[in-house]
Amino acid sequence: MARSAAKIPSAVEVDLVLRTDALTRLQSTGQYALELEAVSRHFGALVALADINLTVKAGERRAVLGSNGAGKTTLFNAITGDFPPTTGRVRLFGEDVTDLPVHERIRRGLRRTYQISLLFDGLSVVDNVYLACRGASRGRLSLRRPKPDDAMTHVAETLLDAVHLGAVRDSLVAELSHGQQRQLEIALALAGAPRFILFDEPAAGLSPTERSELIEILQSLPPHIGFIIIEHDMDVALRVAESVTMMHNGRIFKEGNPKEIESDPDVQELYLGGGHA
Amino acid sequence: MANISLIAGKGVLPNIHPAAAITVLFLLFYPAFASDFFVFQIGAYSLVLGTIALSLVMLAGYGGMVSLSQLTVAGLAGYLMAILGHNSVGVMGLGWPWWLTALTAIFAASVFSALIGAISVRTEGIYTIMITLAIAVAFFYFVRQNYVIFNGFTGYAGVVPPTLFGIYWRDPTPFYYLSLAVAAFFFFMVVYGARSTFGLSLQAIRDNPRRMRAIGYDVTLHRIFAYFLSGLIAGTAGVLMVWFNGRISPGSVGVDVVIDILVIAVVGGMRHPIGPFVGALAFVLLENFAIDLIDRERFNTVIGTAFLLVVLFSPDGLLGLWARIRERLRLRKHPQSDGSGVH
Repeated sequence: MARSAAKIPSAVEVDLVLRTDALTRLQSTGQYALELEAVSRHFGALVALADINLTVKAGERRAVLGSNGAGKTTLFNAITGDFPPTTGRVRLFGEDVTDLPVHERIRRGLRRTYQISLLFDGLSVVDNVYLACRGASRGRLSLRRPKPDDAMTHVAETLLDAVHLGAVRDSLVAELSHGQQRQLEIALALAGAPRFILFDEPAAGLSPTERSELIEILQSLPPHIGFIIIEHDMDVALRVAESVTMMHNGRIFKEGNPKEIESDPDVQELYLGGGHA
Repeated sequence: MANISLIAGKGVLPNIHPAAAITVLFLLFYPAFASDFFVFQIGAYSLVLGTIALSLVMLAGYGGMVSLSQLTVAGLAGYLMAILGHNSVGVMGLGWPWWLTALTAIFAASVFSALIGAISVRTEGIYTIMITLAIAVAFFYFVRQNYVIFNGFTGYAGVVPPTLFGIYWRDPTPFYYLSLAVAAFFFFMVVYGARSTFGLSLQAIRDNPRRMRAIGYDVTLHRIFAYFLSGLIAGTAGVLMVWFNGRISPGSVGVDVVIDILVIAVVGGMRHPIGPFVGALAFVLLENFAIDLIDRERFNTVIGTAFLLVVLFSPDGLLGLWARIRERLRLRKHPQSDGSGVH
C-alpha cells in the first residue's frame, strides 16, 4: 500500500522520524499496539460483546466489518473506555489501560472518530483542531490566549490543510457541510501525535469525490500510526486496510487479509445471503 | 458602523466601538452628575449584583453549568468578613486586618465553590440546578440555625470597609468606583479568558463533553476549575456585598435572593459578559421604583412578570432583544440584505 507522508512542518517531520524509529523498535520487539483479552460487554441481559480476543500490531491498519448490531462500535467504546468492558483486559502498547478513564487512554496515543460527527459547534474549525492538539499536551488549563505564532496553532492549521479544510479555518463548525464535518472529525483524530486511531464509519454520508479524498488521507497517514476502521463501504475499507476482522452477534467471526475475506464463502453467505458465489 | 481608535498605537485599546466608548465615559463620570442615592443604591448595587451574576454567566454561558449556588458562595465570603474581621455584634469578630480577611474570604469562597463543583459536575441540566439549589438551601438553614459561628437568625452587623488613603470606602462615590473597578476587572478577565485555552476548552465542554474526553481532556477537572474561578468572582463580589449592606444575615443568602441572581443573568442575557450587568441594572431599577408602579409588597409580581416577558419574547435576554431591534433597523435601512449572516 502506498503511504506518502503528509505535508507537515519541519518540527513535526522530526517528530515523525522519531516515531517511525519507535515503530521499528516496537515491531522488532513484537509488541502489539492493541491487545484485547477475553473482552465482553453486557448491557443488562444483552451481550453486545462476547469473549473478544484481538491483537493489532504497531502500525497495522485493520478493517472491522459486520452487519448492524454486530458489536463493532461497542468494541470501539470498550477500547476507548466510553463503555468499559464488563470483563476482560485492554492493553495499549503493552500497558493495561482497562481501568483508566477515557482521557488517560487518549494521552497514551489512542484516538477515535465517531459514527455521527461529535464536534464543537459553537467554535471555529481551527479552534476545534487547536483544542485537539492541546488535549494531548501540557497547558490545557492555561488562562492565557494562544499567540498567533503558537506552535499548536501552526500544527492545527497544517492538519486542516491536510484534510482540505484550510479554506474554512475560521468558519463556525455549525456552518460546515456534512462532508466537511466528517473531514474535521478525522483532523481531530490526527491531532496531538496519535499512535493508534479508531475510525468509526468515516465515509458515512460522503459523496464519491469526498470518499476518494478520504481514502487518500487515510493512505497518506504516517507509517507509525496504526488504525482500525469500521466501514460499510467495502471499497473504502479494503483499500485502506491490510487485514480484516469480521464480527457477527458480538463475536469475532473471521480474520484474514482483504482478498481472503472477499472470497470467503461464509462471509459472502453472511453479507449477501445464500446462493452467492 | 465604523470603528474608531481611542488611543493611537499598536495594541493599545484598538477599535473601540463608539457605543462602548460612550458607556465607559458614562460609567466613569456617573458620580459627577448623579445623586448619592443613584450612585450608591442604583449604580454600586447594580455593579455588585452584576458581578455575582457574572460568575453565573461564566459557568452557564461558557460552561453550560447553571449553578444556583453563586449567591451562597458570595454569602460565605460576606460571613467570613464578619467572622474573621470586625463586626459590631460582639460574636466572633477575630479582628484580622481587612486585607487578610478579604483575601482569606475570597479564597475560601473559591474553594467552597470548587467543592460545590466537585459535587455537581457529574450531573447535567435540571439535576445540576437541583443540586446547587439544595446546597444553597442547606447553607441558608445552616447559618440560620448555627449561633456559635454564624450568629443564627440575627447574623452580623457593622461590617464596613476600611478607611484607606484618607478615604472612607463606604461613602457613595468611593464605593461606586471600588465596585466599578472590581466589576470592570472581572468583566475584562472573562472577555479575555473566553479566548484562552481554558476558555475555549470550557466552551467545547459545553458543546460536547464526550468529545472533549476523546481528545484528552479531564472534563470533570475542567468543570471544577471553572467553579473555582467563578468562586473568585462571586467571593470578591460577596466582600463588596457585605460592605455595601454593612451587615449579613440568613436573609442575605435566602432562596429568594438566590433565584434573583438567576433572574438577573437570564434577563440580561448569557451570550456576553455585559448581560449580567444590564440585567442587574434592570433588576435594581425595578426593585427601587416598582413602588411607583405597584404596591411595594408586589415587587416580586413585577419582577416575575418582567422575567416571564423576557423569557417569552427574548430567550437570550435584553441583549438578544437589543440585537434583534438593531437587526430590524438595519434591514429597514438596507432592505436588500436578508440578514441571514451566511457569507
